Amino acid sequence: MNYEPIIGLEVHVELKTKSKMFCGCSADYFGNKPNTHTCPTCLGLPGALPVPNKTAIEWCIKIGIALNCEIPLTSKFDRKNYFYPDLAKGYQISQYDQPFCQNGWIEVLTEDNKIKRIGITRVHMEEDTGKLSHKGNVSLIDFNRSGVPLVEIVTEPDFRSSFEVNQYLQKLQQIVRYLNVSNADMEKGDMRLEPNISLRIIGEIELPKYKVEIKNINSFRFVDKSIQFEIKRQRELLDKNEIPLQETRGWEELKQITISQRIKEKANDYRYFPEPDIPPIEWDKLQIDKITSQMPELPNDKLIRFEKEYQLSSYNAEILIRDASLAAYFEKAVFQSKGVLSQKQIANTLINKKINILSISVKDLIKDIIHSSKKEGIDEIELSKITDDVLKNNQKAVDEFRNGKEVVIMFLIGQVMKSINKKIDIEIIKNILKNKLNKK
Amino acid sequence: MKLNQLTIKEAGEGLRAKKFSSLEITEAVFNQIDNVENKINAFVTITKEEALINAKEADIRLAKNDDLPLLGIPIAIKDNFCTIGVRTTASSKLLDNFIPQYDATVVKRLKESGMVLLGKTNLDAWAHGSSTETSDYGSSKNPWNIDYLPGGSSGGSAACIAADEAIGAIGSETAGSIRQPASWCGVVGLKPTYGRVSRYGVIAMASSLDSPGPITKTVEDSALLFDVISGHDVHDATSSPIPPISIANDIKKSIDPITIGISDDYFDGVDDEVKKIVENAIFQFEKLGAKIKKISLFAPKYAIAVYTILQRSEVSSNLARYDGIRYGNDRSFFEEEARRRIILGTYTLSAGYYDQYYNKALKVRTVIIENFNEAFKEVDIILSPTSPSTALPLGSTKNHPMFGEIADMLVEPSSIAGLPGISIPCGFSSIGLPIGMQLIGPQFSEALIVRAAYLFEQSTEWHKVKPNI
Repeated sequence: MNYEPIIGLEVHVELKTKSKMFCGCSADYFGNKPNTHTCPTCLGLPGALPVPNKTAIEWCIKIGIALNCEIPLTSKFDRKNYFYPDLAKGYQISQYDQPFCQNGWIEVLTEDNKIKRIGITRVHMEEDTGKLSHKGNVSLIDFNRSGVPLVEIVTEPDFRSSFEVNQYLQKLQQIVRYLNVSNADMEKGDMRLEPNISLRIIGEIELPKYKVEIKNINSFRFVDKSIQFEIKRQRELLDKNEIPLQETRGWEELKQITISQRIKEKANDYRYFPEPDIPPIEWDKLQIDKITSQMPELPNDKLIRFEKEYQLSSYNAEILIRDASLAAYFEKAVFQSKGVLSQKQIANTLINKKINILSISVKDLIKDIIHSSKKEGIDEIELSKITDDVLKNNQKAVDEFRNGKEVVIMFLIGQVMKSINKKIDIEIIKNILKNKLNKK
Repeated sequence: MKLNQLTIKEAGEGLRAKKFSSLEITEAVFNQIDNVENKINAFVTITKEEALINAKEADIRLAKNDDLPLLGIPIAIKDNFCTIGVRTTASSKLLDNFIPQYDATVVKRLKESGMVLLGKTNLDAWAHGSSTETSDYGSSKNPWNIDYLPGGSSGGSAACIAADEAIGAIGSETAGSIRQPASWCGVVGLKPTYGRVSRYGVIAMASSLDSPGPITKTVEDSALLFDVISGHDVHDATSSPIPPISIANDIKKSIDPITIGISDDYFDGVDDEVKKIVENAIFQFEKLGAKIKKISLFAPKYAIAVYTILQRSEVSSNLARYDGIRYGNDRSFFEEEARRRIILGTYTLSAGYYDQYYNKALKVRTVIIENFNEAFKEVDIILSPTSPSTALPLGSTKNHPMFGEIADMLVEPSSIAGLPGISIPCGFSSIGLPIGMQLIGPQFSEALIVRAAYLFEQSTEWHKVKPNI
């Protein structure tokens, strides 16, 4: 049988707001001593109440706008009731039927270089849980992470390959970094991914009757590998006329497999109900317009603009906009070197020489490029002839070099320069000499 | 008059005039506690040592003419308000060892106003009930007859005021828990508008309804305490940003002739004796210049259904945090009433039932709110009995899982509408038990209902009668 993978994705992004979602504790907990970023609210102590973080909500809305979502003017928080030791209140404050953002989309590239639209079901706001660690036969709870703002982004089951998933994740990561709302650092758990996968016979229209969710993925590479593994595993089962179980599986990097964690026979009943401690949130259009007006230029727009405005190849433009700070550096360099350097020269230098923009100022970079470009050109055949002569006339140095005394190359370069009597790039001479010396 | 019998108003004036010291009042109060507490059981925890220290400190500040509104005045607080360093149990053994690391906003404001904290008063465990009989620390008794219940859930606060074991007290009401025990104990109970007084630090019962408020000997005292505890709180997202008006300052101002609404449905199923006394009170209001107008309101029985569903649902979620991991005692320490509520609330929130129960209850709640809004177009305030009966004998709650809902049926509609109400004494039954009536006003109309209550109170002597304990 021929199957196609049906893949949807849930991504949790931890926001880098100063304070937590519902209290004044610092949200910057990573690497801190356990239970030092806590208060009655994020510990869920009797009587404590949540007060929503306005900045976090605005950032959530920004993510929604970046993903082309509708922003309903009425929204609310709900309680998701379940028991887990890391959940201080016995419920998580989340959003159920009225998320901040819904019905969006994003475009990704497919394997055959086509543009494909992925539906965004919803973008909602919730709070993170504490963290459990198990040592011997004791379990410890660290509530530093409890109440840190989390944005959950849910897609439609629109992906047909792990390649598309990867494209999406890179774009999403880029967007939240552009918005400057999260570091989206996978290793630190700023971004958590949960793909769900099933297979369907090509040509069918309805969604498969089962769905396998994969957890425990902490890099883009693992998403790729775990999806590939699942596709293969499910295909084998379907070929044997078995329907894969509806379950949650975890990726085991060591064994390169997914293993069953929890079988879901029916949906969990979280007994959602409106959070009575937080009044519904009402926006007026002006407020949403204001947030929209504060949006930075997003990666896609920047890419198109770079190609057009600076006449860059899409390859070069894509590299330059990958990181918002590199793109800004490039634009600053173009502006400051107007009339002296071409945009292409700057782009090429940044890309080919892999310039570390943190270690050189725009001004110095421009100086460097001007300096090296002042070197005069020389005909390659002429240069080759001159180097041949120099090597012939300096046999002693050549022998020394070949015996391992590589510094003599500097002497040979000097001889070449003398013969040319022109100011040309040492690196070029050095390369030609080296090639010739190593050939024989 | 003994110092423990003073009102907040009298105590404040006396202290400032240096007629007596805070230490003397505080000692008089503890003297009374020593004498009657074994009969009344109003307190779960008594903080005598700290109170005496605080009273001495208050005296030093009084000597410097420090002018805080409650400086040196001994106050008792219901044991579901978190008090830093003082055990807070909500009258459940589950929290037998819980010592909060923070003060509820109400407590913080009272402390900042100079109160002397006497201790923590008894309630139905988790505030689940209208009798204090579900308290894991034993039932409180009605000071007018210790074979009778004080009502609840703020039964300890009402009883300690009636028994002069405190000068003022704080209770909390979800639906009736301030007004009903005030009525049964013959004292004044003010339930503020939902959101007028911060819930931060009050162990949550039903979060969309809980309203902290004063229980006092007089109407004016309730205004004095209200002024201290009301107002917006950054820690409570449901607290109203509307700045509160001081209601104590205006209490004596003459009042324009008001129209009082009376609904027959609020006299349906009410004891004849209670009915008669409240009708006398209506007549008294007429004599004072009020216009009386018959209105039609939804029968209270609809509110009971709505209230039961909303409250049980929220309770089931609010009690989830006591998961056996962090408070020493596990969930087996929930007694029958809490268990019953958790089970019912879990059911009404379950998939497939949510729309049928919780969602429908929310819709009916909106209809009830609109019903009141309509009524307040015709009348300024609504008057009715606070409770359908006088205090019931100890043991009455046994085998009556809906006891509270019946005892509170006349206060539940205004509670689910978030309205303010005040219960004031208006007479006694033939066997000498107090009878109370309530005045209900539109949202944020505390000033109005308190002035109306004050007008009535000042024309009667009911609040001056003391029980013989």
